[in-house]
Amino acid sequence: MASKKLGAYICSGCVIADAVDTEQLAAAASQAGCLARKSPAFCLEDARLIRDDVAQGAVEAVVIAACSPRVNTDVFRIPGATVERVNLREQVAWSHPPNHPETQDLAADYLRMGIERARRVARPEPYVQANTRAVLVVGGGVAGVSAALSAARCGFRVVIVERQSELGGWASHFYRQFPKRFPYQAPQEITVADQARQLGALPNVTIHLSSKVESAEGEPGQFKVVVRTAEGTIEDTVGAIVAATGWQPTATAKCERYGLGVYPNVTTSLEFEGMAKRGELIRPSDRRPARRVLFLLCDGRDDDAHLPYGGNVSSLVALKQALYVRELRPDALAYVFYGDMQTPGQYEYFYRSVQGDPGVLLSQGQVERVAEDREHNLIVEVSDTALGPGATLEIDLIVLAAGMTPSTADGESALGLRYLQGEGLPVTKFGFADSNFVCFPYETRRTGIYSAGAARQAMDMAAAARDGRAAALKAMQSIEKSSAGQAVHPRVGDMSYPAFFMQKCTSCGRCTQECPFGALELNEKRNPVLNPNRCRRCGICMGACPVQIISFADYSVDILSTMITSVEIPEGDADKPRILALACENDAYPALDMAGINRLEYPASIRVIPVRCIGSVNSVLITDAVSRGFDGVALLGCKSGEDYQCHFIQGSELLEKRMANMRETLGRLMLEPERVQVVEVAISDYDKLPSVLAELAETIRQVGPNPMKGF
Amino acid sequence: MAAQAQSPVSADRSAGAAEVSRAILIVGGGIAGITAAVEAAEAGYESIIIEKEPYLGGRVAQLYKYFPKLCPPYCGLEINFRRIKDNPKIRFFTMAQVETVGGAPGNFEVRVLIRPRYVNDRCTACNACVAVCPAERPDAFNFGLGKTKAIYRPHDMAFPMKYAIDDDACSLSECARCVEVCEYGAIDLKMEPRAIVLRAGAIIIATGWKPYDASRIDNLGFGKYADVITNVMMERMAAPNGPTHGRIVRPSDGAPVESAAFVQCAGSRDQNHLGYCSTICCLASLKQAVYLRERNPNAHAHIFYIDLRTPGTYEFFAKKVLSDPFVTVQKGKIAKVALDPQSGRLVVEAEDILSARKTNLKVDLLVLATGMESSLSESRNNGARRPGSESLRRETAPSALQAGPFRVDQDWFAGAEPQDGIFAAGCARGPFDVATSVQDATAAAAMAIEALARAAGS
Repeated sequence: MASKKLGAYICSGCVIADAVDTEQLAAAASQAGCLARKSPAFCLEDARLIRDDVAQGAVEAVVIAACSPRVNTDVFRIPGATVERVNLREQVAWSHPPNHPETQDLAADYLRMGIERARRVARPEPYVQANTRAVLVVGGGVAGVSAALSAARCGFRVVIVERQSELGGWASHFYRQFPKRFPYQAPQEITVADQARQLGALPNVTIHLSSKVESAEGEPGQFKVVVRTAEGTIEDTVGAIVAATGWQPTATAKCERYGLGVYPNVTTSLEFEGMAKRGELIRPSDRRPARRVLFLLCDGRDDDAHLPYGGNVSSLVALKQALYVRELRPDALAYVFYGDMQTPGQYEYFYRSVQGDPGVLLSQGQVERVAEDREHNLIVEVSDTALGPGATLEIDLIVLAAGMTPSTADGESALGLRYLQGEGLPVTKFGFADSNFVCFPYETRRTGIYSAGAARQAMDMAAAARDGRAAALKAMQSIEKSSAGQAVHPRVGDMSYPAFFMQKCTSCGRCTQECPFGALELNEKRNPVLNPNRCRRCGICMGACPVQIISFADYSVDILSTMITSVEIPEGDADKPRILALACENDAYPALDMAGINRLEYPASIRVIPVRCIGSVNSVLITDAVSRGFDGVALLGCKSGEDYQCHFIQGSELLEKRMANMRETLGRLMLEPERVQVVEVAISDYDKLPSVLAELAETIRQVGPNPMKGF
Repeated sequence: MAAQAQSPVSADRSAGAAEVSRAILIVGGGIAGITAAVEAAEAGYESIIIEKEPYLGGRVAQLYKYFPKLCPPYCGLEINFRRIKDNPKIRFFTMAQVETVGGAPGNFEVRVLIRPRYVNDRCTACNACVAVCPAERPDAFNFGLGKTKAIYRPHDMAFPMKYAIDDDACSLSECARCVEVCEYGAIDLKMEPRAIVLRAGAIIIATGWKPYDASRIDNLGFGKYADVITNVMMERMAAPNGPTHGRIVRPSDGAPVESAAFVQCAGSRDQNHLGYCSTICCLASLKQAVYLRERNPNAHAHIFYIDLRTPGTYEFFAKKVLSDPFVTVQKGKIAKVALDPQSGRLVVEAEDILSARKTNLKVDLLVLATGMESSLSESRNNGARRPGSESLRRETAPSALQAGPFRVDQDWFAGAEPQDGIFAAGCARGPFDVATSVQDATAAAAMAIEALARAAGS
């Protein structure tokens, strides 16, 4: 690669030339073996100069020293060349004092780093395999049927696996669903049976009933699945999987205080659906008519609640079922006691319409005690209701809201993944599939496997139907992307993937454990084996490897290390400390750009290198930096912990763990641990960055110059 | 894929009318529109976003943080913008609005009007123009709290990072000082509105929401007392790139806020205003109570509510916020708001349903948790010039009716029934939180792709 033809394009626009001497930079680039050009605006007409150089074969690797890589992406996409952007505008000219020797040094270092990176970067060869354009849907409830219909209608072959003997899930056992359309007054018919019929009529759909997925192995594009059916096992290959495995009623042990399981006339909302569907409104104790029915909502704010969190739908279930009471027996009364009525959005109309029913008493209030008399009538003491501070009611039937626990919560997997990291999807503390659930709710930690419906989040039927479609789209997308050898979210389109220099592998297995996406398996020699289509290209494995054998064509320990060592360390000048900042490219790096856009100044002693994820930082880079003479190292990553913001889920958390070892290493080198600092930076923190970085620089200054300088 | 990618979008009306377009046109470039566009494009389809503002991101770009993680919206937007920048299958038009929709599913013809930005693609965002601009405009991005020059960067994280001129505030050719200083020839004061015609196989309406006009609520003092603000204004005040650089202060005199009250259902769940529940306001106020507490550890936040709606796992967020003794709640409605002339503080008279008493509370700041109104609503409410959505309703909907009806209910949200070839997503369908909008938009993208397949098969 030494003979690679490099071109350096140094822009003087947007006050870059007012802040730094671009002639000097161009001369340095020439000296480094680059064809060097200058322009007052490479983003305009002069972009052609770059394209021409590449077209004529004069340049194979382009270094554009101008604005941030976050802007002019389209203009500087140069066909036929690798492109390296050196951020002289936002992170030099706009954030440091003009015509200052430190600013000039900063620009010169960035240019050198860019040139060295350009020299070593290779264009990734995509991993392209013959893919199967088929989607496996696990679970045949509302979400699963909807996902299957959508994928099949879009032209994909669909295999749907349902444990029960018919499609439809819970919905097929229910009487009605919440009103779905304006004016949102009357509960509506459930249509899942009709949807299931439509699915059955499609030619490219296989339905396995009374069946179970026994195992799934492989990667997006080619998962090998084994389905156990009543007739035996069937093997198939699919490109992606939708996990619509639904929900289970929450264990009702804590409902004893309301008489569940103790008194025969206390039941759950699930049982009541069945009763209504059969057209019954009776007391289970004696099958006599139930004329006074009480619906009880235990919301999660109550310490004693039987739900770990408030039900998404339990208020609506109670309202709907109160109307069943009125429909089945017009002379019957329904009572609904609640803490906070949860009828968000247009369901408020439904709430209001139920309020207008004289046979439904809706009131805020609590049930203090439930007892029963000899005839199994329930004697209910309530407080703080519309009936007054304390009241006693005689009730025929109590209906308790059943909580929805995701099927993924019990640890038993319906997917049977043959993954080293486990059979199911990694879940949050609530048992839902782990994801950045606000912005990217479908991105699970198993690429090509998307959860949908109540397994993803407690939701009603209308939402589950839409959710199934959305997950189906993600499944189809993953097949499209893997067919082209491209990554899916968040590094969409990235064609690089990690390569392993196996001769040096010590089989420690750390990469296989730390990959947040379970992309790596172990072979019989306990060596890591990559499934490239599972890989999200974060580089966390690269950060994990203790012998640095993992690299990408365009991102490696070697490339980063060369960039670090290309920084010139002034010797014997205590006023010119040098600090290396490795910054998450998704959040910390844009935040630094924002600081520049707002012309906020931060210490010019800091050299920033963007990294794919802070978890991709191998600790050898830190020791490289300090042995090279850097006075300090800052690791700018995202928030970790329960409310993590890392786009690769675990990057910042893993870094924290690695830091413990790092501090030990520094100790062995007789260096102060304060020289290496981890800073959590959110993208919106740009206003705080200057003071945070100044403080960090000050701390490192107080520790004193790195004694290893010049060695 | 490459051949298919090149074919369908064309401004040429005569180009192969029978051919089914693989393009999906998305009206609205907020979080729902962006999500629909990137999700469809990454599945192999063309996406075209029509956005009326000069930037993408919509309402979420104006939020300081999301509940329940208290994470910044720009974290996810940054990724989504990168997905747009890197994907040639996605095109977008800013300052653009749909005028008419003709044709049929598989082959819609959409006429789009692009308002003049007066700044072309040569803009490098160097900011030299702003220094010389003599005119000012109310900062719409900050809901009128603060001002920008007539030539302005929509906000400091704007995408695309291009400036724009507000022709209500600029005298255009009479001044032209910005033209003189722009080294890149990026300013064109003679720019005219232009119309383009786009073809698409399916359409997604992701026009979003607008804050309900708080001045219509008589008893809460908005527009009468400077220290009565809305929840969206509070987001801007808390944001570091907002009008106060993140300081939460009394707008009347800039004094720090020691106590604030939040009024839930300001306009929502009220048949005189918005009949529905706006879904997000309880969580938003809890979140904003955290903003206040983070800024001022001595400050007190008090929330007046009817029902505290924090469904599902959001309950945990509510519990966490309410475990702070300086965040208190009161079930009850506000009777009236007055100004205490001595202290300059607001006096909030309310009922307390649980104790059946009347209460009086003095606060520095009253935040109205105003609800979400559909942008498709014909009522013009927020002072800012946002003509796009109304024209969509007035002009697009009738012509869309000919093509395959797009229906709006009495509450101005899109009808729940899917219409062939035209689908609604996000807050055009109802008042949703961000996570739900993203889910909903992903589903809408799937429905649009199904419609393309249907049209191709028929």
